Amino acid sequence: MTLPAFNPIAALLLTSLIAAAVLAFVRDYRWSARLNVVASLAVLLVALRLLNDRPAADDFFIADDLNVVFIVLNAFVGFTTSLFSASYIGHELETGRLTPGYLRFYHAMFQTMMFGMDLALTANNIGLMWVAIELATLSTIMMVGIYRTHEALEAAWKYFILGSVGIALALFGTILVYLAAVTDIGEGMNAMAWTNLLRHAATLDPSLLNIAFVFLLLGYGTKVGLVPMHAWLPDAHAEGPTPVSAVLSGLLLNVALYALLRFKMIVAANPATIPVGPLMITLGLASLIFAAFMLYRRGDIKRLFAYSSIEHMGIIVFAFGMGGPLGNFAGLLQMIMHSLTKSAIFFSVGHVAQVKSTQRIADIRGLTTSHPLLGWTLVAGVLAIAGLPPFGVFMSEFLILTSVFARAPALAMLCALGLLVAFGALLLRLSSLAFGEPAGPTPPVRASFLPIFAHLGLVFIGGLYMPGAMVAWFQNVAGLLK
Amino acid sequence: MPTFAFDVAHMFAGALVLVSFTMLYQNRLPPLINTLALHSLLLALSVAWQAHIQDHPDLYVTAAIALGFKSVFIPMALHRMVVRMALHREIEVTVGTGLTMLLGIGLVALSMDLMLRVTAGAGALVREDVALALSVVLLGLLIMATRRNAVSQVIGFMSIENGLILAGTGARGMPLVVEISVAFSILVAFIVIGIFLFRIRERFDTVDLQALDRFRGERP
Repeated sequence: MTLPAFNPIAALLLTSLIAAAVLAFVRDYRWSARLNVVASLAVLLVALRLLNDRPAADDFFIADDLNVVFIVLNAFVGFTTSLFSASYIGHELETGRLTPGYLRFYHAMFQTMMFGMDLALTANNIGLMWVAIELATLSTIMMVGIYRTHEALEAAWKYFILGSVGIALALFGTILVYLAAVTDIGEGMNAMAWTNLLRHAATLDPSLLNIAFVFLLLGYGTKVGLVPMHAWLPDAHAEGPTPVSAVLSGLLLNVALYALLRFKMIVAANPATIPVGPLMITLGLASLIFAAFMLYRRGDIKRLFAYSSIEHMGIIVFAFGMGGPLGNFAGLLQMIMHSLTKSAIFFSVGHVAQVKSTQRIADIRGLTTSHPLLGWTLVAGVLAIAGLPPFGVFMSEFLILTSVFARAPALAMLCALGLLVAFGALLLRLSSLAFGEPAGPTPPVRASFLPIFAHLGLVFIGGLYMPGAMVAWFQNVAGLLK
Repeated sequence: MPTFAFDVAHMFAGALVLVSFTMLYQNRLPPLINTLALHSLLLALSVAWQAHIQDHPDLYVTAAIALGFKSVFIPMALHRMVVRMALHREIEVTVGTGLTMLLGIGLVALSMDLMLRVTAGAGALVREDVALALSVVLLGLLIMATRRNAVSQVIGFMSIENGLILAGTGARGMPLVVEISVAFSILVAFIVIGIFLFRIRERFDTVDLQALDRFRGERP
């Protein structure tokens, strides 16, 4: 008897799934935190293997240049978040915000979410992709409500309601895509396989595809956090545990965006459909400018960075909407830099909120004096996300602006306006958070700085130098996206 | 026979839209829950009929889920919840009943016009089914938007879900419909169990907007 060949996709999915099942039964939280780290590391190793060992696409699963970028990013941030989470939850247990029973639940849900996201990223079947995104959303809803305070339950409820409306619209769009395909490809599973849809895209019914894309854009756009469907996002980020905020901003928004990109490729490959770029540009710019102005009135530190996530998802959707080799390249780069930077910021913010026992910006002052290391990493993260050189976010935003200026100066002006407004708001808040006389309690911080340094280091290096192989890879993906 | 098959399918789908409309004017919780049970029962009949005429026996599973889980189990659980948690029976609405009905008529007209226009290439059965299904989905959204009370929002969500299952079964031979209906049922079950476990009664009872603002954590 020979063993079946090693399939990285199966290994990727099974690792998280088995880990979730095992973690549901581990009572001691120290062990479950360690096991969570080990499982996330295993997922990362398998994901890295996908870089050069890819199984051929079948009816259900696919690994191509596009999704491997997302999978590796997902696995990396998942791993660093599990490290951060291990140093974060001990404190939550001491202060009594979480009980051991809830922690068991939390760890199982963390791996379930990773499983759902990886399933969505590797799915070649649009129905399976939908189910996977629903699973990932459901597990984050559970984690957002885990503190069981009024605020947390309210946030989870709002997330559930808006998330389900989004998921319902996305399913309707998925059904319409199937209907558009069924005359050409024939009934059954084939008409839901993404590779088949792309191959036959030119002959699918264009009017059905148009309507389907509008539903998909609104549905998955809700999960991306696009204005005006963004209302769940700040609450979910602010009231859940901080590791969940980090993966929400860093990963789940990307996964929903990835689903949207897959459908965009199908619609764009059909010459008779309406151009989808303008729809994405409008929603992207609306999110960017709205969120940039909203940044000024935030009183809660996690809400502040949640709005910053809406702003950045707006920029990314805008860049993909502009399209073209350079636009897609810049969008992809911006997405990666945003994920790395934003999760690093949430790691620091999580520790800040723990030592100060508050999330109110007004009560946190002088961090660089009271906690130099923590304060300065927060400063570095915020400067990076605001788009200052030499960090990677600067480079991707610069690329977006220059490429758009050449094609549509008016749109580039709007984008630049949003970026400047957001820049001002972030620096204003940063100056009161990080400098001045320290206020509030100043207990020493017990933090693992490794994840923060790893993320910020990558963002720093990415801003100065990108390896040639990576540039070639991204150019290839940008070409695929059209 | 094909015309008879079409007429019956059309009748069930049309009846679903009609029951969605009756949900719009219910102003007390227990009758609204009963309407949901009726809605799910009609869906079960419609799916069973589609299973029969399309010769897809696996759709009977979806029909069975609609019948057992959504038209019997969930309504019973919701009734129990209303009694156990002593919820207000009256439903607070944000928009008056008359205006809601007018909006509903507008939404149905919109979905008919839109879907019949874009599905010109598909068969008559599929076209009508998808158009009526979109009406059910939009009416469900309207219910969720005009009700403040959490139990009626769950009911609105379940009627949206019924509309989606209708669309999925109407689309000829669509795979994964069974799996999707199971996934939806798990979602709803989680939420209903969650409500029981977490006892978020205050959330269901209050329509006090100031309280909600405080919960949003935007304290100055």
